[in-house]
Amino acid sequence: MSAAVTYAGPRSRTLGYGPRTSAAATDIRPAASTRLRLGRPFRGARMLGIGALAAIWVTGSATGLIDPRILPAPWTVVTTGIDLVSTGRLQENLAISLQRSALGLVFGVSIGVVLALLAGLSRLGDALIDGPIQVKRSIPNLALLPLLILWFGIGEDMKVITIAIGVFLPIYIHTHNGLRSIDARFVELSETVALSRAQFVRRVVLPGALPGFLLGLRFAVTGSMLALVVVEQVNATAGIGYMMELARTYGQTEIIFVGLVVYGVLGYTADAVVRLLQRRALSWRKTLED
Amino acid sequence: MAQDTRGLRGSGAQPQAEQTTRGPGHDQPSVVVRDLVRAYGDEPVLDHLDLDIAAGEFVAILGRSGSGKSTLLRALAGLDRDVPGSGTVTVPASVSVVFQDSRLLPWAKVLDNVVLGLAAATGLSRADAHRAGAAALAEVGLAGRERAWPGELSGGEQQRVSLARSLVRSPELLLADEPFGALDALTRTRMHGLLRDLLERHRPAVLMVTHDVDEAIVLADRVVVLDAGRIAAQERPADHRDQHALRTHLLAALGVEKSSSPTPEPQEVPA
Repeated sequence: MSAAVTYAGPRSRTLGYGPRTSAAATDIRPAASTRLRLGRPFRGARMLGIGALAAIWVTGSATGLIDPRILPAPWTVVTTGIDLVSTGRLQENLAISLQRSALGLVFGVSIGVVLALLAGLSRLGDALIDGPIQVKRSIPNLALLPLLILWFGIGEDMKVITIAIGVFLPIYIHTHNGLRSIDARFVELSETVALSRAQFVRRVVLPGALPGFLLGLRFAVTGSMLALVVVEQVNATAGIGYMMELARTYGQTEIIFVGLVVYGVLGYTADAVVRLLQRRALSWRKTLED
Repeated sequence: MAQDTRGLRGSGAQPQAEQTTRGPGHDQPSVVVRDLVRAYGDEPVLDHLDLDIAAGEFVAILGRSGSGKSTLLRALAGLDRDVPGSGTVTVPASVSVVFQDSRLLPWAKVLDNVVLGLAAATGLSRADAHRAGAAALAEVGLAGRERAWPGELSGGEQQRVSLARSLVRSPELLLADEPFGALDALTRTRMHGLLRDLLERHRPAVLMVTHDVDEAIVLADRVVVLDAGRIAAQERPADHRDQHALRTHLLAALGVEKSSSPTPEPQEVPA
């Protein structure tokens, strides 16, 4: 009680409680609250920088200050995109790119999950698998490209395999980590309710490792995009990356820009899909975060 | 009643011999602990402990941190396979454990937590197991919450789900490790009432570890004070008219001076 009383004393003096003039009270508010702070967030803050850049781009192109060979006008990029769609060239190349990354993802995720399960659920599996993968981890994926080209040629096999290698590693690491970090208390519980090993894996281990797997999947999707971009610029005859490479040789900057936009949309969509999946599959966790 | 003998290591007596020496009496104990030794390193945690629990009897174990009360419970639960020791522990075939934390799988709905492993363990069909689980939830006052996530429940409700999970297995022995230790005082009192009702109907033998003398007196048929791995005192609250004197006596056995107030001891951490 005594602390509250002594606190109330100076507080009533500075804030002007009691018989004080209102002018003293209004003085205090603005000075005290914003002097060292960033101030209020305002609406559309995120769009401001993007809008400013776009404005510079538009005015630069319209006034001819920007050389269209360096940076084509925004409307040129848009009309080029429409042209590419109407001739069917964009869809054709996009389909090839999507097929590559989808195949790479499917193989990479499957391999990553199987290896993580083998290593996570048995001591022998861990001893055999985890070491080599930790070694592989320190070699950048794209450094393997010359070797993969020698082994698998420059065709689709090499491209899908490169993407799969970029995918399986994050899946393995995060799933394995998820499997290994299952709470020992749940293991104890499973013993007291006499779960069989199969039930234990199905009811406790796999759902417990799911958050790790989904985190790995987000990294994997990003990794597959990165690998896709690189393999499509190596001796490809189709795909968004090939379309951009070809445009480079003809100096068609606007087509390169269309390709960049497509890659951006692809990456964003893929990440959004995984995040949606995460929200659905981990709905039990959402209730805790709300 | 099927018997299961655990923790045989070193020079323990044969459980079969024990059963025959006792003979088939109607008051045959549900739990028989003989000459139980458990040690972490050089420190004996349980020191040649003997304990019987009759069928349907509620025994509360009191003790300071490190007195061996949790170690005893873990020995009865069969959760101490990697702890060196000797002696025999005979427990019924169906044993349920209630932990201090409710220990619900956060990714499984409440009903799925209650029936975890039930169908396979009892031979019930899935539908029957779910019916039994829903009935157990209704018994603990959580009818209608079958499809909730554990994270949506309060601490007291979670512990009630964990009670339902234990009781749906119709255990002959219920082991409870400070089951109400993490709850606030009001919820705790309500849980005492609920537990008494449930035990009235299901009548398992109970061994409850607690650090709360009052809780032990209120709930148990027999209060056992453990000290340094041995039984330091045993009392039947029903034999005592003066509960206050009993309380003082038990506190003294726990090493708490008469004058000092009963402060809750820090949580014992099971190794």
